[in-house]
Amino acid sequence: MTMAPPSAPASVRQAVERTLARHGAVPHRLVQMLRELQAELGWLPRDVLAQLAHALQRSQADVEGVASFYRFFHTQPVGEYRLLFSDNITDRMLGNQALLERLCLRLHVRPGQTRHDGRVSVTTTSCTGLGDQGPALLVNHHQVVTRLDEARVDEIARLIEARVPATEWPAEWQQVADNIRRPGPLLGESLAPGSALASAVARGPRLTLEEVEASGLRGRGGAGFSTGLKWALCRDAPGEQHIVVCNADEGEPGTFKDRVLLTRHADLVFEGMTVAAWAIGARQGFLYLRGEYRYLLESLEAVLARRREQRLLGANILGQAGFDFDIEIHLGAGAYVCGEESALIESLEGQRGTPRIRPPFPVEHGYLGHPTTVNNVETFCAAAHILAKGGAWWAAMGTRKSSGSKIHSISGDCTRPGLYEYPFGTPVAQMLEDCGASDTQAVQVGGPSGTTLSAMEFGRRIAFEDVPTAGALMVFNRSRDMFEVARNFAHFFAHESCGFCTPCRVGTELVVRQLDKLAAGRGSRMDVEQLQQLDVLMHATTHCGLGAAACNPLRDTIAKFRPAYERRLTSLHFVPGFDLDAELADARILTGRTDTHAHLPQTDDPAWHP
Amino acid sequence: MTRYTNSSQPATTFSLDGEEVPFTPGDTVLQAAHRVGRYIPHLCWHPGMHPHGSCRLCSIKVNGRPAAACTALASAGLQVENQTPAMQAQRKALLQMLFVEGNHFCPSCERSGNCLLQATASHHEMEGPHFEEFYPARPVDASHPDVLLDHNRCILCGLCVRASQAQDGKDVFAIAGHGIEAHLVVNSPSGKLGDSALSVDDSAAQICPVGALLPKRRGFETPIGERRYDRHSVADAHTQEATAQGHEEDPT
Repeated sequence: MTMAPPSAPASVRQAVERTLARHGAVPHRLVQMLRELQAELGWLPRDVLAQLAHALQRSQADVEGVASFYRFFHTQPVGEYRLLFSDNITDRMLGNQALLERLCLRLHVRPGQTRHDGRVSVTTTSCTGLGDQGPALLVNHHQVVTRLDEARVDEIARLIEARVPATEWPAEWQQVADNIRRPGPLLGESLAPGSALASAVARGPRLTLEEVEASGLRGRGGAGFSTGLKWALCRDAPGEQHIVVCNADEGEPGTFKDRVLLTRHADLVFEGMTVAAWAIGARQGFLYLRGEYRYLLESLEAVLARRREQRLLGANILGQAGFDFDIEIHLGAGAYVCGEESALIESLEGQRGTPRIRPPFPVEHGYLGHPTTVNNVETFCAAAHILAKGGAWWAAMGTRKSSGSKIHSISGDCTRPGLYEYPFGTPVAQMLEDCGASDTQAVQVGGPSGTTLSAMEFGRRIAFEDVPTAGALMVFNRSRDMFEVARNFAHFFAHESCGFCTPCRVGTELVVRQLDKLAAGRGSRMDVEQLQQLDVLMHATTHCGLGAAACNPLRDTIAKFRPAYERRLTSLHFVPGFDLDAELADARILTGRTDTHAHLPQTDDPAWHP
Repeated sequence: MTRYTNSSQPATTFSLDGEEVPFTPGDTVLQAAHRVGRYIPHLCWHPGMHPHGSCRLCSIKVNGRPAAACTALASAGLQVENQTPAMQAQRKALLQMLFVEGNHFCPSCERSGNCLLQATASHHEMEGPHFEEFYPARPVDASHPDVLLDHNRCILCGLCVRASQAQDGKDVFAIAGHGIEAHLVVNSPSGKLGDSALSVDDSAAQICPVGALLPKRRGFETPIGERRYDRHSVADAHTQEATAQGHEEDPT
């Protein structure tokens, strides 16, 4: 039994006790416990954190540090209804900001604040992975609402005022379309459950690994490391046990392919993980599912349960003595950086999602110190296909250094947003034609941390040899302002920085301030130069890839769309961001003055000539 | 052949700005350099503590590629660039970042002259903040009878967190929040330092490289002008790790 401070009501203390019991009071299950408790209590009061800390034998500050790390956890009371508008640039292009304002007006609540009666809070979150059917909304970190429009927003306001639970909102709002526009081997027909595994068992672990190596498969998470080599390194690393982790933390804005794979081909994902377990000798597997995909949890659990019944998971898989493996689903809680494999492992261990020092790499020292292989959802799907059809079949597709096919999530200015699967080596121009894009000014390949291509470059090919990608392709036509695209991405990175290292913590914030200054019409050439210097500095000095990539869109857009910046400059020289008149706002409120003499004339005011 | 090894030792050295530095297997570049008195700027690193890699002041180039000296493992034949103009400019910018994100009013800080951040900035000829200041509103926690916690000066180096855990066995501190809102928190029912298990004699209370954690009533024990970095250069590797303010040993 655990002790709770006397201030916590008995019902709350019992809720904590139940959660602790459900997780066997295992300290590294903290993030899961926090999630479940918040779902029950609405937020995470200090008393609850203290009670958890006591029971888990962790310090209260430590538990508080974890709870305050994740964007979806609340250590202050929030609305009974918590509405988060997805705020990726494509949601913006679809008008999310006007809809957010409209909803706030209807509900009489300010963005980012909880309404005085505690009923509702409305704010934004990073991309929710619904770029092909936005603007999207996340309700209570659980339900999603797609294809928002004014009518839906008005109806949402009415339902909230009538206190209708979000679970009872119209089912059609929560429909998430797969939008598979161009299927290939991965998105097309699935394999019969167990067929890839049967082939792997017949080959034995060593030949299974060789088959994956022969395929030339490279990780689909973006970095493109050889999957066969990663598995071999993990298998060969000494350790009592080995771990397989599926990275389903699809957080890169504009990417939604993993969501569809988990919806349509969950069996294949789990089969790929089981193949990996067989190859490296793992008994334990985790699917790390991003919090935004919480609504998929029940269906994924059902697939796992069925696979256990089919003896495709559990003890003696497919009757093979000693082949024991099972998969557990862990939910994230809104932290993009947890897509980085070592941060993901920290989160699995119930810690803040701070990327680890490397080396040692996870393949040697991962989850709880065990050798761990972390692969993307798409990678596991590909691995399952490779075992069923052979490494040579996969290697025959794509290019020399980038074998196989790749799934792209296409969104933005095109008539047919959705998923497109192409062999590597496909030119961008073909993809634009297929998705119905016209008058295209630019595409963002691989999300904000990827590459911005201008129209001149649409002949380039998607492959590790040319333009690599984690799977997103966002289309911008000539009506779009590429400066605003870069500014949206800059805000995203600042919001998602873990805050651990100086250049990322401060640098992402400096970039945001500098771009906001330009947007406010107070920019000079000096500001643009400073942005370029920050890019160089952050590239060379950050602890992990988030900070290093944070300025990629900035660098690309300054180089390729410079007029978008130039037209915002008011001077070639320095213009201060400091606004003295704005600083006097508090004094005006205190003195109750609104007359013109209470304002300072501005230097750009033609009436002002000192 | 080398400055620091004698010819009877095996060739376990790497090159630091063209000079050979010996190392033992498992050493990081910074550990090895520090042992022989070669200066690689740092704030979050401390001898005897696990490396953190957060301040990034020790950013170097190893065989032409960027790395942090506190986490990069030494190996034979590495070519390390440390005191090059490009590296120094980078560090100056990182220092300026640290200065603008907090509130660092050196002339009014008791740690002035004993502060590693101040001394490092001075060494890098940082004459101004360059970036516009954030001026965050951060509280001061004066609840402890013997130790002051001023969040305005905290640089999130995590040394107190690590020292409390590893050396004092007390777990008094942790980092909370994220992004630019990341901050130090104290383990106590109230969250105040005065209600925590911290003692002024703890390593955690002594190890702060800046003026965020200060023992009380010792402010001017050593007069200004006679303090650590008034007398010794921060680039002398053995002067850097501050002990209790006014209680440091003469490093020479």
